[in-house]
Amino acid sequence: MSDKTPIIELRKVDKSFGPIDVLHEISLKVHEGEVLCLLGDNGAGKSTLIKTLAGVHAPTRGEILMDGNPVSFARPKDAQEAGIATVHQFGGTFPLMSIGRSFFAGVEPTKGFGPFRVYDRKKANEIAVKAVQDFGITRIDDGDRLVGGLSGGERQSLAIARAVHFGARVLILDEPTAALGVKQAAHVLRIVNEAKRRGLAVIFITHQVMHAMAVGDHFAVLIRGAIAADFRKGEKSREEIADLMAGGESMADLEANIEGYMETHEGHPPAPAR
Amino acid sequence: MSLNTDRQSSGMSFGNLARRPEAGSFVGLVLVYAFFAIMGGAVFMGAPGWSSWLNIAAEVGIVALPVGLLMIAGELDISVGSVIPASQMTTAIVSGYFGLPVLLGIGCGLGVGLLVGFVNGYLVTRTTIPSLIITIGTMFAVMGLTLGFAVLIAGSTSVFLVPGPATKLILGTFLLGMFNVSIFWWVAFAVCVFYLLHVSPAGNWVFALGGDRESARNAGIPTSRLTIGLYMLSGFAAAFVGVLQLMTYQNAQVATGQSFIFNSIMCVVIGGVLLTGGSGSVIGIVIGTATFAIVNQGVFFSGLDPNVGSVIIGVLLLAAVLSNDGFRALALKYSTRKG
Repeated sequence: MSDKTPIIELRKVDKSFGPIDVLHEISLKVHEGEVLCLLGDNGAGKSTLIKTLAGVHAPTRGEILMDGNPVSFARPKDAQEAGIATVHQFGGTFPLMSIGRSFFAGVEPTKGFGPFRVYDRKKANEIAVKAVQDFGITRIDDGDRLVGGLSGGERQSLAIARAVHFGARVLILDEPTAALGVKQAAHVLRIVNEAKRRGLAVIFITHQVMHAMAVGDHFAVLIRGAIAADFRKGEKSREEIADLMAGGESMADLEANIEGYMETHEGHPPAPAR
Repeated sequence: MSLNTDRQSSGMSFGNLARRPEAGSFVGLVLVYAFFAIMGGAVFMGAPGWSSWLNIAAEVGIVALPVGLLMIAGELDISVGSVIPASQMTTAIVSGYFGLPVLLGIGCGLGVGLLVGFVNGYLVTRTTIPSLIITIGTMFAVMGLTLGFAVLIAGSTSVFLVPGPATKLILGTFLLGMFNVSIFWWVAFAVCVFYLLHVSPAGNWVFALGGDRESARNAGIPTSRLTIGLYMLSGFAAAFVGVLQLMTYQNAQVATGQSFIFNSIMCVVIGGVLLTGGSGSVIGIVIGTATFAIVNQGVFFSGLDPNVGSVIIGVLLLAAVLSNDGFRALALKYSTRKG
């Protein structure tokens, strides 16, 4: 696995807002068909990291590579065109629009020509329903139904199916299971596994250890803007991971370590714990 | 919890018809027409009745259509109230006071509407000020400028313009002595706006914009250009109504048009457009406009106290908003349900 070129790689990425350093020397790799679980408390810099990947912020230092080539995104749209899609908690879908219309918002299929190009409702509905059903959400069979009538998990799945349909290769999922119940979350995790099976690189942000364990191949813990721990599936027990995520003892240790290290090393973070 | 599930199941039984945004407003229209048909009798149901409410509906309807689009996109436009007098005053001054060709005058009048719309759209997209406040601001500014320039140039707050026969026929005549030609313009506007919202792909952008501006931008929809375009459309439509009024009454007044502000919003809301945006239909807006005009004129035909008409419109408005809220709750219930 490690000799293959990762789809996306960060090399010593720093991000500062004025005098405030938010991210410190973040280095990460995500390969094809791999799920990276990004763990960390609120304020650890997860959102900044995602936004840097999604082209909202440019890194202050360091570089982002896709397929081994350095890339830079001026706008979120550039990142999208390069195949990086971010799906937020509420999914970027429109509750009062039909499934077909919501799926194709901004890229509507049309028929006819010239000024008489009209929105092709039938085609939009067919493609949208098929894309979602291919992800295993078979309950959705009518593209005219309102998105607001779907469950939270189904909406999330719709958003992921949409991103994949429009050519995403890197999928950033920002706490997709946070507001969901057990069944709904299982839905979303199935979708994540399906995305993985299709060879996407998935960056999965979550607070729930069970969800992380269910799909993750690779885990990174972010503390105070630095990668505090970086390990693969099976290298740590569930208890250790839970403890890291819940801010237990080992997290407190790591945090103290990082702070002490950064003070004595001109702000450089230590190498991530294995 | 049991209350919740009860409401869900009763909501489901309404079926697809109740989910259409104009369903409630259609019921309202039928009830209101039946009421005034009984009260107003044969005269109201005959040509005089139809022409009187259609004439009212046409003028407010031309403004209500683009205002409705803006409301579906999650914005408001108050400035239409002063664009109407501004455009008719501009046309009257250019063609009536200075005697320049009437086409040039109309072009200038419509240009004023487009310009005000552009300024509105620009301010809404470039600042974080709510569009309600921005368009109240531009309404007062345009009102002041109209008054100021009218007095400065023409020395009066009322300017005359006698249109030629062709202009009069197209823009300001009464067919059969009753039906104002503006009714046809209303139909034409409705067809165009229907095409824009429900047939062309851009209609999808309007719904997406009103549903969630951030997601719409992320989906690659040119949200700023779309917003500015919608404001220019509403400025244009208001200016067009100003020109129609001028050609009909041959006299531009600086103080007309204020009633259009609330009337257009009421037509749109009665027509089932959500105040918060994201949902609505052109058929609904047309139905809402017709309902409003029927109440407005039906009161005279039925010999009721005019104040009763205002009460009915007030009650209709509240009923419409209540049913809109119910509709939205129905649509959103499932998405927020936890496990």
